[in-house]
Amino acid sequence: MALRNIIGKRIGNGIGLVGRRSLSTATCDVENRNSKSMNLYSAINQALHLALETDPRAFVFGEDVSFGGVFRCTTGLADRFGKARVFNTPLCEQGIVGFGIGLAAMGNRAIAEIQFADYIYPAFDQIVNEAAKFRYRSGNQFNCGGLTIRAPYGAVGHGGHYHSQSPEAFFCHVPGIKVVIPRSPRQAKGLLLSCIRDPNPVVFFEPKWLYRLAVEEVPEHDYMLPLSEAEVIRQGSDITLVGWGAQLTIMEQACIEAEKDGISCELIDLKTLMPWDKETVEASVRKTGRVLISHEAPVTGGFGAEISASIVERCFLRLEAPVARVCGLDTPFPLVFEPFYMPSKNKVLDAIKATVDY
Amino acid sequence: MVAGTSEGDFHAGLNFAAVMEAPVIFFCRNNGWAISTNVSEQFRSDGIVVKGRAYGIRSIRVDRNDALAVYSVVCAAREMAINEQRPILIELDEIVYWKNARNPVNRFRNWVQNYGWWSEQQETQLRNSVRKQLLEAIQVAEKTEKPPLSEMFSDVYDYPPSNLEEQEKHLRETITRHPNDYPSDISV
Repeated sequence: MALRNIIGKRIGNGIGLVGRRSLSTATCDVENRNSKSMNLYSAINQALHLALETDPRAFVFGEDVSFGGVFRCTTGLADRFGKARVFNTPLCEQGIVGFGIGLAAMGNRAIAEIQFADYIYPAFDQIVNEAAKFRYRSGNQFNCGGLTIRAPYGAVGHGGHYHSQSPEAFFCHVPGIKVVIPRSPRQAKGLLLSCIRDPNPVVFFEPKWLYRLAVEEVPEHDYMLPLSEAEVIRQGSDITLVGWGAQLTIMEQACIEAEKDGISCELIDLKTLMPWDKETVEASVRKTGRVLISHEAPVTGGFGAEISASIVERCFLRLEAPVARVCGLDTPFPLVFEPFYMPSKNKVLDAIKATVDY
Repeated sequence: MVAGTSEGDFHAGLNFAAVMEAPVIFFCRNNGWAISTNVSEQFRSDGIVVKGRAYGIRSIRVDRNDALAVYSVVCAAREMAINEQRPILIELDEIVYWKNARNPVNRFRNWVQNYGWWSEQQETQLRNSVRKQLLEAIQVAEKTEKPPLSEMFSDVYDYPPSNLEEQEKHLRETITRHPNDYPSDISV
């Protein structure tokens, strides 16, 4: 299994090895050596410690990262690696990313933190017009692949307009960067290490709701999970569900309930949204004939629209029902109305049934 | 709040105000911190007044713990902004570290009491009256109903476009099917 990961990384995305795209029920391609039960922010903290340990030219910076960060993801880093490698920046997202691009362009690993994904927009120009085009505009003479931008995203129960957003769709529309979203602590550690070591600039969104809530056994050693490989986390035959991040927990509950009504659901964690693993999703849809996509971000123009369009292009004659999307509504993320806005388990379940009964 | 002056928006705002000769007062409270970040990690300029000056804006620094000084400065700034049609920047700095003796509210009260315009008795009466009003206000607020569901879809635009009307209809159907998923204190 570890060999498969290594081969996958060396050859790169899009080139299939026999068996590489086969469906897997394993929740993690990692041998469970010494594991420890930990939550999401601890797993991310471990990944950052390993990243700085293994590369003397790796840096972690952002607002308030020195004392451990507002979500404790950067705890202990400044003490261990020193102020020259782990430091606070001024309150300026365009500066954080712009500075990170420069650092990465000089061959360093720049791990930038944006305090909340809701605040990433001042850095959007830097990400789109600088980071994403750095390699392309220089004909590969230069690149800022060492850049990784981390940001907590998503609903948290009381976040309101500016502490709950899921902006992934904006970034999926930018050729030149990668977008990765983990669903759990074990996934987060392996994916983050892959993002940091990937030779392209990456935006890594961390589901903040899961920082403390999600707890699982996480291997303590240095391991990486492949990018652009979706994972089938639940096998089924009647309908394919596609999601990422915290929403997968909701979708899994819906799958369990649907099973009681005799509907067998296949659940796929996309993991990397850009570039996304069309092959795995397509293979699943060819099996089931139905697909439902769910995300917290507003439905119109959300990343579900891209998945839907691609699947229809590739699997039109196989589809038994229209592609369903169960997503956030087309309003700013509300405060008191959050329970109404969210794509809840029952909304997903209703859509599963409607699609199967179409 | 001083950390916000690191954002690009701050610089754009000052520059535009100066060029457009806008009668704006930029009021910046500097307490030396942004969550865990000290000012020395925020900027290395001599506070914010020099930044205002750099953009061609008349700027002044005042002791934020001196209520009278702040009042005088804002009065003067307002007159200047209106009469001369120009932006003014006021930096409220903690020129001396706030200890209890420098608590601005206490300082102002002592000053007012020295002139015989205020007494300990009036202080006690005022505090009791305000406490009572606050407790009443909290009770009123707790009894106030949360906004109805229709408010969720209003004000996204001036009038809801068709996709929102569709989504509201669909949501109401969902609520009818699964009422327990939703808080009971919001009327649908």
